[in-house]
Amino acid sequence: MSRLPAGGLIDRTTTLRFQFDGRAFTGHPGDTLASALLASGEKLFGRSFKYHRPRGVLAAGPEEPNALVGLRTGARREPNIPATLVELYEGLEAASQNRYPSLRFDLMAVNSLLSPFFPAGFYYKTFMWPASWWEKVYEPAIRRAAGLGRASGTEDPDHYTKENLFCDVLVIGSGPAGLAAAHAAGRRGARVVLCEADARLGGRLLSEASEIDGQPGAQWAEATEAALRDCPEVKILRRTTVFGAYDHGTYGALERVADHKPQPDDHEPRQRYWRIIAKRAVLAAGAIERLAVFGGNDRPGVMLSGAVRSYLNRYAVAPGKSAIVLTSGDDGWRTVADLVRHDIKVAAVVDRRTEIAATHEALAAQAGAQVFAGGRVVGTSGSTSLWGVDVVDAAGERRRVPADLLAVAGGWNPAVHLASHLGGRPVWDEARAAFLPGPPPPGMVVVGAAAGNFSTAACLADGTGAGAAAAEDAGFPGVAHAPPRSNDAAADNAKIWIIPGARQKAFVDLQHDVTDKDIALARREGFVRVEHMKRYTTHGMATDQGKSGGVTGMAVMAALTGQSMAETGTTMFRPPYTPVAIGALAGHHRGRDFRPFRLTPGHRWAEEQGAVWIETGPWLRAQWFPKPAETDWLQSVTREVEAVRNNVGVCDVSTLGKIEIVGPDAGKLLDVLYTSTFSTLPVGRTRYGVMLREDGFVFDDGTTARLAPDRWVMTTTTANAPRVLQHMEFVHQVLYPAWRVAFVSVTDRWAQFAIAGPKSRDVVAAVLDPGADVSDSAFPFMAAGTFTSLGGVETRLFRISFSGERAYEIGVPAAHGDALVRKIMQAGAPHRIVPYGLEALGVMRIEKGHPAGGELNGQTTARDLGMARMMSTKKDFVGRALAQRPALLDPQRPTLVGLRPFDRAARLRAGGHLLPLGAPAEISHDQGWITSVAFSPSLNHWMGLAMLANGTARHGERVRAYDPVRDGDVEVEVVPPCFIDPEGARLRG
Amino acid sequence: MRIPCPHCGERGNEEFFYLGAAGLQRPAADASADAWHDYVYQRDNPFGTHKELWQHVNGCRRWLVVTRDTRTHAIAAAEDAAGAPA
Repeated sequence: MSRLPAGGLIDRTTTLRFQFDGRAFTGHPGDTLASALLASGEKLFGRSFKYHRPRGVLAAGPEEPNALVGLRTGARREPNIPATLVELYEGLEAASQNRYPSLRFDLMAVNSLLSPFFPAGFYYKTFMWPASWWEKVYEPAIRRAAGLGRASGTEDPDHYTKENLFCDVLVIGSGPAGLAAAHAAGRRGARVVLCEADARLGGRLLSEASEIDGQPGAQWAEATEAALRDCPEVKILRRTTVFGAYDHGTYGALERVADHKPQPDDHEPRQRYWRIIAKRAVLAAGAIERLAVFGGNDRPGVMLSGAVRSYLNRYAVAPGKSAIVLTSGDDGWRTVADLVRHDIKVAAVVDRRTEIAATHEALAAQAGAQVFAGGRVVGTSGSTSLWGVDVVDAAGERRRVPADLLAVAGGWNPAVHLASHLGGRPVWDEARAAFLPGPPPPGMVVVGAAAGNFSTAACLADGTGAGAAAAEDAGFPGVAHAPPRSNDAAADNAKIWIIPGARQKAFVDLQHDVTDKDIALARREGFVRVEHMKRYTTHGMATDQGKSGGVTGMAVMAALTGQSMAETGTTMFRPPYTPVAIGALAGHHRGRDFRPFRLTPGHRWAEEQGAVWIETGPWLRAQWFPKPAETDWLQSVTREVEAVRNNVGVCDVSTLGKIEIVGPDAGKLLDVLYTSTFSTLPVGRTRYGVMLREDGFVFDDGTTARLAPDRWVMTTTTANAPRVLQHMEFVHQVLYPAWRVAFVSVTDRWAQFAIAGPKSRDVVAAVLDPGADVSDSAFPFMAAGTFTSLGGVETRLFRISFSGERAYEIGVPAAHGDALVRKIMQAGAPHRIVPYGLEALGVMRIEKGHPAGGELNGQTTARDLGMARMMSTKKDFVGRALAQRPALLDPQRPTLVGLRPFDRAARLRAGGHLLPLGAPAEISHDQGWITSVAFSPSLNHWMGLAMLANGTARHGERVRAYDPVRDGDVEVEVVPPCFIDPEGARLRG
Repeated sequence: MRIPCPHCGERGNEEFFYLGAAGLQRPAADASADAWHDYVYQRDNPFGTHKELWQHVNGCRRWLVVTRDTRTHAIAAAEDAAGAPA
């Protein structure tokens, strides 16, 4: 066992049981999966991405590239989770990844021997021949061999939620700088949100032996947390990672609400996506220790020096029995001191510097450690764990020093990510050997180690000052408080980058298995700029996004090119800082809840009638109403069409857009919206109109009725209702703001039903309250008027027809819609009224040649649709000028025609293309396409509408309707686009 | 992004609909085909200050002229497209 006898921020009174790869382990609350496994003596955590090399734990935080596990089982299994971030809970189950058949014995490790064949860019160079093998052979084989974990493949059983949060000061990170900043701002009364990715506040204070105000750092953090709770407006979000900085003080954060439990409690979201809008932000994200590149630097037992301190001090785990520390600065010596303090043998200290301070020499002497001043680590030995380290001393002599832990202190990279998300490029600081944040986003200030101020004292001073200033900027002045005092002195930043002389693979990116040789190859092949090098080698592109090795890779390239770090620069930092589940971004908007259905007031009635539903935009509409004996949809639709053509039917048309327009200039507005003139329409009349876009193509169509001299009601297609309203608002507010007119969508306010068929007038008369006169003289075709029904309910009646039959649309306030349709059914019973759905509506409008979705597809002009005479020449309207472009007047443009199969038994299919008879099926012979088809019960054969080149002049001609996708090849006859009652006698009755 | 709607105050950009350049003068009905072509199709793509039309669709539904720096997204002004209310 490697658990230290005392210390650590773990609760030793409670034991948690868990499983890793099916074996039983125990740990304590406060442990991570990584610390608990290390405490149990486990060193091997997984196999690497490309070469299947054995890997252990490198780090103690989100930068961990190696120890990735599949967490949980079944539908909750999640791949590629760093064991360093998994809080231990009772019953946890985790499995190692990318090993076959087992972690210890991995057949794919042979990849390591084949590595000459897997250099950077091998995807682009090999497996190129034969081309057909890529999908069948190469890709599946590569996918089996490479890669990390596997997704569960089943639906996520948990739910996620989203929330907005507004604050004066957002503090990101709760290390010494963040806590000081939050306290300084919070004690002034500012609304402060403090986000900490960890379960516990304190940041590096939890991992270091330093003291603040005379108490251990972790204790000070607890006291400060208590002080924050006493502040009036401070909100602490723990287990919350701020993953992105966006424009104007907007931040994205992910709270892992229930990831530290086996599963969320009832009704508890698993994670919460916070959108935080902050007047000011203090970025106190700390620093991330960086990888050093040397031979065998991936062997389990090689660990970042700061992570060693985390395991010792926070988790009370000895990550080894005999340690070697590799450093080039004073920070590595802190690790030596902590190892010594915890009675762990330090076999050697390899300091890249040739001069070692006397205090360090004394510490080494006390530990009995051999010191290699100016030495190098050139290799590691062992198999799935570390046995020894190959050291070359300053004189060039090589020896192997036995050890099972190599702590690497290669310096720290400030976590500049969030400061760079809006494009601010980090700036190299030679004195601090680090990229510091460039200009941060407006409203953000960067403090502490994230700004390159690595000592605790500097963090506290920085945070205190920035927190007070941020509060002041947000409107909370106050007295300045002195920052807390810390005992640690300013430390230098180590800089190792790469150690020459490696005889083993030396990794720059451990998660993607990128080596120094890959970077050298990228350079030889011309991928010198770091953005190119990154993409060619995939360095920094794994799930850890190069947190440990990213800047080191830049340094390796800088060394190769002889450029400075400043010249070499960094790649762009983009959100998210750590991976975010898509589910969290979606929140509750998934599956059926992605978008709510809109239901019409007649929905329940239609459901009772057995409606078969179809989604049209956000609406559910009845497609048809099958009777028990009917086995085929066409039977139902045919019956409904025949009922309308012979008797009467009722159809819910509430989904059509309805816009009410009032004001003295309403007529002027309609004139500029529609191609034809509306301002002359008498009160009590309805007119059909077509709207164009300003580019001359048809936008939408519908009817508008004049109910009073200054009151109009417009209908739009279901699909375009929101866009038409927006277009009208544009025309009014932007183009003609002086016009006195107002309008509003009333789609949801009115339930509307079409009553169509020869008997429709009798039904309407029986539905309206007694005394209404709907005789043809009083209420002729295209009349509009206001009546009452249902005993005094305001009722709008329009005599308009989509079916070609005598028809009315009758509307009442939505709350009365259900009662109205039931009344219609009752009134229509003597006439054998039937409900009809969208499909019958479609059949009848095709029989009449009315354009709809297939024809109003945004590529057709009014002229194309046979409505050229509706284009007024006496007034201006939207689209008028560009509709006259020569290309749009070309007689060869496809225009609307009707089609019927020459063999009347043949079926037509929408989407088929039209070719001259006998012409080969080639694009050069393409003359148009079929837009809509239906089986016409009235004609007893299939019919279609189509756009055909010069179609209007070709009535009577025969063409070929060719549909290779569905093996359709039918000879059709071109006819006018109206199959029934072209004179409109039925409409007028 | 946060857009300071002159009617509703500062709101998230998800409440707004973006159209494009503001300040275009719709040509007279008898203007040349070129004038109409330019009005419908020709747009500048400025590197810097851009006056553009946004509609507060999930708010007051007013069309706004927003002055935005395309490099930084900094918003210098947001005014009602119809000018000051009468």
